[in-house]
Amino acid sequence: MMSMVFNEDQRILQDSVRAFCHENAPVSELRRVRDEKDEDGFSRSLWQQMVALGWAGMTIPEEYGGFGFGYTGLEIVLEETGRTLVPTPLVSTVLFCATALHLGGSEAQKLSLLPKIAAGEVLLALAHEESALHNPVRVETQAVANTDGFTLNGKKCFVLDGHVADQLIVVARNSGEQEDTDGISLFLVDRQAPGVEVQRLNVVDSRNAANIGFANVQVPADALIGELGDGYSILEKVLDVARIGLAAEMLGNAQEIFDRVIEYLKQREQFGIPIGAFQGLQHRAAHMYSELELCRSAVRRAFSELDGAQEEIPVLASIAKAKLAEVLEDISNEGVQMHGGIGMTDEFDIGFFLKRARVVQALLGDANFHRDRYASLNGF
Amino acid sequence: MQTLAAFRQSTRAWLEENCPASMRTAMEEDEVVWGGRQAEFKNPDSKLWLERMAAKGWTTPTWPKEYGGGGLSKEENIVLLQELQRINARQALNSFGISMLGPVLLEYGTAEQKAEHIPKIVRGEIRWCQGYSEPGSGSDLASLSTKAVLDGDDYVLNGAKVWTSYADKADWIFCLVRTDFEAAKHSGISFILFDMQSPGVTTRPIQLISGASPFCETFFEDVRVPAKQLVGKLNDGWTIAKRLLQHERTMISGFGLSTSNAGRKPDSASLEGVAMRIRGDSNKLSDAVLRNEIARHKIDSEAFAFTSQRSMEEAKQSKGPNATSSMLKNYGCELNKRRYELLLKGLGTQGLGWSSSDYSDFSALELKTTREWLRSKGNSIEGGTAEIQLNVIAKRVLGLPDMPTLIKKGG
Repeated sequence: MMSMVFNEDQRILQDSVRAFCHENAPVSELRRVRDEKDEDGFSRSLWQQMVALGWAGMTIPEEYGGFGFGYTGLEIVLEETGRTLVPTPLVSTVLFCATALHLGGSEAQKLSLLPKIAAGEVLLALAHEESALHNPVRVETQAVANTDGFTLNGKKCFVLDGHVADQLIVVARNSGEQEDTDGISLFLVDRQAPGVEVQRLNVVDSRNAANIGFANVQVPADALIGELGDGYSILEKVLDVARIGLAAEMLGNAQEIFDRVIEYLKQREQFGIPIGAFQGLQHRAAHMYSELELCRSAVRRAFSELDGAQEEIPVLASIAKAKLAEVLEDISNEGVQMHGGIGMTDEFDIGFFLKRARVVQALLGDANFHRDRYASLNGF
Repeated sequence: MQTLAAFRQSTRAWLEENCPASMRTAMEEDEVVWGGRQAEFKNPDSKLWLERMAAKGWTTPTWPKEYGGGGLSKEENIVLLQELQRINARQALNSFGISMLGPVLLEYGTAEQKAEHIPKIVRGEIRWCQGYSEPGSGSDLASLSTKAVLDGDDYVLNGAKVWTSYADKADWIFCLVRTDFEAAKHSGISFILFDMQSPGVTTRPIQLISGASPFCETFFEDVRVPAKQLVGKLNDGWTIAKRLLQHERTMISGFGLSTSNAGRKPDSASLEGVAMRIRGDSNKLSDAVLRNEIARHKIDSEAFAFTSQRSMEEAKQSKGPNATSSMLKNYGCELNKRRYELLLKGLGTQGLGWSSSDYSDFSALELKTTREWLRSKGNSIEGGTAEIQLNVIAKRVLGLPDMPTLIKKGG
């Protein structure tokens, strides 16, 4: 098994990513995007700086224009950007879609898109959910084959970065019943194609999501990713990688809340002493610390598997997502409570962490979803 | 020095030749080898296995060779552990001498003390017990009042200890005593070793809620202990006491590690296996709420095991146990307690028997589970209560401030 402790290169990367986020992408950037009602929902110039640092190509192999730093590189970036909540297309374009293309795309698809992703020239979004609850086998969107390729009809919801993506990866059904795993296929769809209707959502975390309708959208035959009807085998792997990546973002979120809470406990005085001297708060802080240690291990272990043996990815993904969802819920609540009244104000940042927490907890399955999946994977 | 690969090869060959077949099976609680003058070996192979391992120093693989230890590096020790695990070898010797006293004696003892005591720990000749808690000093351990007064070349001890594990079976005790009655409470304590056969020592077992009696009350009445058996500096025993507690916590945290599920299939003794058997379920646990709770527990157990592993990796870069031992101890104990509560929920009334009747309504495993459930309640009390561990984390790891008044008086 690969190490759960960062090596020298990884530590250097972590320091540089952290420094960049601190200086160029602090929480105030999310506040700016929200208050200015930024049309893109993120800063394109900031994204280009991140691209220049190699973040978009972190997991993409060198032959496709990336840096081949492995998923651990992306883990570091997701954790650090999770600490400052900076909105970027990292999750949609790199974590979800570059992974999907890398795992399932044809050589031509990889050659045409992966270098552009690494160079920050294209944004992608994964359109898979069809209901308010994560359910990867619930696919009603229809793909019907015709002489020119396929026609897509259906609706997708909560597509991350759906309104800014140049290309969409759409999960559609070409055969089978609603919850069958067979008969699901993945298609590349131009967001500007006729029949694609994008409706941007205004979400509690001030980040990007959209509902997207497909009305007789015609795609060419070579838009198919992988084999016809066999898309679920790709999707399953993509979702597990993405869950592990989201767990890294959640770890950054939770760690940042925790660090801010500890700082506040040391500074804030009541009854003439720092409130951190009260045992009622000390023990809650100690519990949070303990849970965070377990979270960090769950995330590290999962990434070491992604860059290593890969055999236990599904179960490790569910461990990481379930554990982080549970702990982040608690820590984000404590983040508000332990700051007292100021924690309830919009002027103070802690609310941003809480808002993002609930969104990322729900994405790709909440704690209950993953406990259920964990039980099934373990034969009970 | 031979390479790790060569070491692995020679270790594997030695184990193949020297580990008796009956020592490669799961061990019942009454088969654990504790050593000591009154050592009992239910299986004669246990004695043979102990002697062979002790001769190599592998009962304490990383301790120095000059005191009978194995003298292995951390890396070699890992190889040894892996090879032992590979053949499912039993632990040859389990003792508080190994897990608690030895490490601090190596750190703080004189050459003479080490030469006298360490080899006997390695060979399992002397069984040690721990004289820490007192009737009036539990969590506030530093308020202890067992007195040691110098009289010529001896200290004369008077007082009582409680929760002394296996005091009735132990040969020697490592004991915290008050040697300065004027100083602040942490500054007047010394760490001393003596023979439990010394005149004036008596023990009385305490029956627990589980029915078992692993602990004793221990009384000292004018017990004479040679002054040279004091470890470290006079009145500096608290430093050693705390160090030893870290080792103890590291040991106890292992309780949370017993639930791995390598094959990812429920076996009959697992939480889910038990619950499914009682409910007659074949491939999915029918109680959805219990299933969720069990999954949550198992996820926590796995994340905890990863954390222990990560902590070991990180410890390689530093030295000895650190403050995270409090976190691991506390979490491990809570996990173990939760596990038994879930086992009880899984078993229903089958988990509530006390002994078997003529009708044998309860299986041996079920009865054992009930007793272990009760015993597990002590996990978060012994070795420092959960509350004390949380205090340690808050202060030493998180750097949160002390409460300035009230309880600070008296040191």
